[in-house]
Amino acid sequence: MSGKKKYKEAVVHIIIYFILIINTIVVVYPLLWNVLTSFKTNTEILESPWRLPKGFNLVNYINAFTKAKIGYYSVNSVLITVLSIIILLFLSVSSSYVLGRYKFRFSGLIKNVYMCGIFIQSIFIVIPLYIMMSNLGMDDNRFWISVVYAVLQLPFSIYLLTSYMKTIPREYEDSAMIDGCGYFGTLINIIVPLAKPGIITITIFGFFSFWNEFPLALTLLSSEEKKTLPIGLANLMEIQRYATDWGALFAGLVIVLVPTIVIYSLTQKKLTSGMQMGGIKG
Amino acid sequence: MKKSIRRNAFIAFCILPSLLLFSLFIVYPTINVFKTSLYQDSGLGNKAIFIGLENFKAMFKDEVFYIALKNTGFLAATTIAPTLLIALFFAALLTSGKIRYSNFFRTVFFFPSILSFVVISILWSFIYHPTMGLVDSFLGIFGVELELPLLGNKYTVMWALAITMIWQAAGYYMVMYMAGIDSISREIYEAAEIDGASSSQQFWRITVPLLWGIIRTTIIFIINGVITNSFTIVRVMTNGGPDRDSEVLLTFMYNHAVNANMGYAMAVVVVVFIISIILSVVSNRLTGEHAVEM
Repeated sequence: MSGKKKYKEAVVHIIIYFILIINTIVVVYPLLWNVLTSFKTNTEILESPWRLPKGFNLVNYINAFTKAKIGYYSVNSVLITVLSIIILLFLSVSSSYVLGRYKFRFSGLIKNVYMCGIFIQSIFIVIPLYIMMSNLGMDDNRFWISVVYAVLQLPFSIYLLTSYMKTIPREYEDSAMIDGCGYFGTLINIIVPLAKPGIITITIFGFFSFWNEFPLALTLLSSEEKKTLPIGLANLMEIQRYATDWGALFAGLVIVLVPTIVIYSLTQKKLTSGMQMGGIKG
Repeated sequence: MKKSIRRNAFIAFCILPSLLLFSLFIVYPTINVFKTSLYQDSGLGNKAIFIGLENFKAMFKDEVFYIALKNTGFLAATTIAPTLLIALFFAALLTSGKIRYSNFFRTVFFFPSILSFVVISILWSFIYHPTMGLVDSFLGIFGVELELPLLGNKYTVMWALAITMIWQAAGYYMVMYMAGIDSISREIYEAAEIDGASSSQQFWRITVPLLWGIIRTTIIFIINGVITNSFTIVRVMTNGGPDRDSEVLLTFMYNHAVNANMGYAMAVVVVVFIISIILSVVSNRLTGEHAVEM
């Protein structure tokens, strides 16, 4: 290799890493800034966005819990997310198993209906949904919003899990049946353990979608003590336009971010491979 | 005989709960969107009156509807190409096998796409903040005094929102493209390398054509993402302001619904439905002829 070519390659290399690092900063810095700012006092916040906080000032976090009801919102968010995941798993595992394994009347039609469901976004139907639910007395209720969350996540989860179910060899079920396991026994003892990777993937997707959800919670939950974190934060954002208490808002943002970051770092391999499974069907 | 009854009972037990809930919470409201768009309906329990296409007629005379339509179109037009190109560029780079720590970069770049839109919106409102924001003080380093609220000015607000949306989405599509590139056989690249093709030639002559099917799908995803996600971003960042200069179709719809104008609001949703279908078909047609059979 000639010296000139080597030199050129080194320059290209430096430029590429430079671009990669710039993009890393563009992605990470706003989040880091958010965390740092949450430890600053209001006067410090106004001084300069680049300066480090003077110390680990926890006053904003205390304010977030005592004044801004972040505690309530967190409990609701956790409760609704967990409940939605449980309902989603119950509905999607049973449906996907039967749709992936059995042929029966309308099974093709049902699959197509769920496929269409993937394209219906919650924001399109949130208004008629709200009207129907308030007529049935289901609005402003943490259980029913969890059911709605689960059902809206259902088409995508069924799509992903059905294709996963098809990869499980039939022999396992056949021998379980012969051993007298029965239909339910086979599903619970044989299929669920074998489909675990697929089940974990839909749980992760479900977590992020439930934990972050905004339009439905905004519309369906009206009492203050039932609201979730995203709604609470959006309200705090409204308030700070008039009363400038940014500290609690930044602390609140960190409280939403922490579980997201933890779960993401634990599951990011699963998450991206799940996208390969279900995301691209060109 | 007994076995088939048990089998059918099992199938019914597994299928029916999901199907019933799906019909109640998704199918029925979707049908109601279309039905209500033909009525004058306050949603407050008064009897709805059938008025045919009057809601649509009123909408096409409404100035604010056109502002919302224009802004939604602006966001789609300004975010598609940058999102796609940034995602493709980094996907090609990180899959080339020449980058160290490519896993680290992939993990970091993907991160914004799993954040709550509310968090992103609040964060970026502060990034654009005129006194304490990062953008203004960053430009201040170079002696540029912007001194205008980027989100409070009708000439900058839509650009600011578009940049936020690109920041959110690029990493997601990057991972999609990475999965696609991984499925392209290494041998093709090796052969090209031997024939002396440069990296950029390989990118345009191999990666892009072979990925074209996925790129077409993602363009439709990006369009639909812009239409739906703009609701949360606009609602939290600007609430349609200044004046109504950053209103998008779905915030416009929501405001009408909240003001007990259900029929009109649902007519807007119907239009959004139709627009997203038309855009999907059009972009599919426009990009169709470049497809390469794998």
